[in-house]
Amino acid sequence: MTRETIFNVVLALFLLALPFAAMAMGEPFYVSLATRMAILALAAVGLNLALGFGGLVSFGHAAFFGIGGYAAGILASHAFNAEPLLFAIPGSDQMPVIWIVAALAAGFAAFLIGAVSLRTSGVYFIMITLAFAQMFYYFAISWPAYGGEDGLSITMRNGFPGLNTAVPVTFFLICYALLMAALLLLWRIRDSRFGAALQAARQNEVRVAAIGIAPYRIRLFAFVLSGMITGVAGALFADLNRFVSPSMMSWHMSGELIVLIILGGAGRLFGPVAGAILFVLLEFLLGGITERWQLFLGLILLGVVLFARGGLIGLVAGKPRHG
Amino acid sequence: MAEPILDIRNLTKSFGALKATDDVSIDLRDGEIHALIGPNGAGKTTLMHQISGSLKPGSGQIRFLGEDIGHLGVAERARRGLGRTFQISSLTPEFSALRNVMLAVQARQGSSFRFFREVMSDTSLTEPAMAALERVGLADRARIPAAELSHGERRQLEIAIALALGSRAFLLDEPMAGMGQEGSRALTSFLDRLRGEAPILLVEHDMDAVFALADRVSVLVYGRVIASGRVEEIRNDPAVRTAYLGEPA
Ligand SMILES: Nc1ncnc2c1ncn2[C@@H]1O[C@H](COP(=O)(O)OP(=O)(O)O)[C@@H](O)[C@H]1O
Ligand SMILES: [Mg+2]
Repeated sequence: MTRETIFNVVLALFLLALPFAAMAMGEPFYVSLATRMAILALAAVGLNLALGFGGLVSFGHAAFFGIGGYAAGILASHAFNAEPLLFAIPGSDQMPVIWIVAALAAGFAAFLIGAVSLRTSGVYFIMITLAFAQMFYYFAISWPAYGGEDGLSITMRNGFPGLNTAVPVTFFLICYALLMAALLLLWRIRDSRFGAALQAARQNEVRVAAIGIAPYRIRLFAFVLSGMITGVAGALFADLNRFVSPSMMSWHMSGELIVLIILGGAGRLFGPVAGAILFVLLEFLLGGITERWQLFLGLILLGVVLFARGGLIGLVAGKPRHG
Repeated sequence: MAEPILDIRNLTKSFGALKATDDVSIDLRDGEIHALIGPNGAGKTTLMHQISGSLKPGSGQIRFLGEDIGHLGVAERARRGLGRTFQISSLTPEFSALRNVMLAVQARQGSSFRFFREVMSDTSLTEPAMAALERVGLADRARIPAAELSHGERRQLEIAIALALGSRAFLLDEPMAGMGQEGSRALTSFLDRLRGEAPILLVEHDMDAVFALADRVSVLVYGRVIASGRVEEIRNDPAVRTAYLGEPA
C-alpha cells in the first residue's frame, strides 16, 4: 500500500468513528458536525472530478448544490401538503427518489452551463460559471412559491426505506455511505480510459486533440457527472438542516467548495474528504473563538497555496503517481 | 499515377499583414519522405499547423486519402490518420512515457467513454504502447514521467505516439532538433524504415538528415515554395543556393 492509500483509509475511519465517539462522550451535537463533513466532502468530491481531475475551475458549483437542495425541499413540501407538482406528478419524501431527481436536475443544469462555459478556458471559464450560478441564485431569491429569499423549510427529514432518518447517527451513516460510493466511483473513473483522457486534457489539451480525442466532449461529460454528485450532496445538506435557501447557491458556497479541495489536495481522491474535515474543524474551533475565523482560514489557505501545493494529502503522501 | 496520400493546394495563411504561407501547393505520396526546408520564419511550422488543423487555413484546399479535410478539427483529422509531432515537444507531463503512448492507443481504438476498467492492467492498451516505445528505443524509460525525460527522449516519445496512432501519414516538425549526433543518426535510420509504413512530411534543419532521407525536397522562403524536386535538383538549384543555402549566386 502506498502512503496515500494508508492515509485515505485513516481519513475514512476517522470520519466514520467521529459520530460514535461523539455519542460515547455524550456530545450528540458533534454527530451533525460529522454529517456536515461527510456532505461537504461529497459535494467537493463532485467538484474534484471537474476541478481536480479535469482542471476545470468551476466557480459555479453552488448552483448544483442548491438545485439538489431545492429538489429535496420542493419534493418534500409537495409531499407534505399532498399537492402534486407539475403534470400531476406527486412530491416525495423518500430520499432515494429525491436523490435521483436532485442528480438529474443538477446534471441538466450542469449540461447547460457546461455546454456554454467549456467553450472558454482559464479566467473566462471561472467567470462564466460564476455568472451562471448567480443567475440561479437570483432566480431562487425571486421565486416566492418556494420561499424566495426566506428559503424553504422541510418539516420532517425525508425518509429512507427501512431506516429512521430522524436518528442523527443513521442519517450520518446514509451520508457516509453515499460519500464512499462516490469515492469508489471516482476511483474507478480516475484510472479508466475516460479518466486518462480527462486528466490528459488538463495537462495538455493540444496533445489530446492531436491524437484524436476531442477534449470538449470529455470535459462536458465530466462536468455533468460532477454537477450530479454535488447535486445529491445538496439534497443531503437540505435534509441535514431541514431547510434550503438561496444561500446554498451563493458564490460563497462555490468558493467554499474550492477552498475545501485546495486544503485537502486537488485531484487527489481523498482531497475533498481531508479538506472537508479540516474545513469543518476549523470553522468549529476558530469560529468558537472569533467571528472573523474566515480571516484565519484565508491565512491557512495562503500558506497551503504558497508552501503545500498538494494540500494536506500532498503534504502527507507527496506527489501523485500516474503509473 | 495514384492519387497522393496528402494533397495540398494553394494554402495561404496571413497573420495580419504577414503572409506566413503564401499559395503553397505540395503533396505527399505513398512510401516517400518529402522534406520541407527553409530558413527560420519561412512558415514551415505554420504550414504543419494548417495541415493538422490547429490553424484554420486562410484559403486553399487540403485533401487527405482522397477526401477534403479542410473543414475538420484537429481531433477528427488525427482520427483519420494524420499523425503529427510538435516542434516544441507537447506531451502530458505528469503521465509516464508509457501512459502518454497508451493514450494514443486508446484514441486509436476510439473508446474514451469507458469508465471502469483500469487502464494500467488493460493489455490491449499497454502492449501496443510498449511495442511503440520499443521501436523508438524508449522501452527502458517507460515508467518515467514525460516531464523527467531528456529533450531527446521527449522527441522519441512524440514519434512513439505518432506510431501508436497507426497514422497514415506523418507530419514531423524538426524531430532531430536538439537530439545530438548519435540520436540524430539513430532517428535518421528509423525514419528511413518508417516511410515504408506511411509517408512522412518532414520539416528539418539538419541538412545531412534531409539529404540522406528525402525522396523529394520543397524549399519554403517567406511563405512561398521557391523550388521543389529531387534532392540533386534542389542541391544544385541556384535560387535555392542563394536564398537558403546561403551561397552567392
Ligand atoms: N500565431 C502567430 N501570430 C502571428 N505571427 C505568427 C504566428 N505564428 C507564426 N507567425 C509568424 O509567421 C512566420 C512563420 O513562422 P513559422 O511558421 O513558425 O516559421 P518556421 O517554422 O518556418 O520557422 C514568422 O514570421 C512568425 O513570426
Ligand atoms: Mg518552425
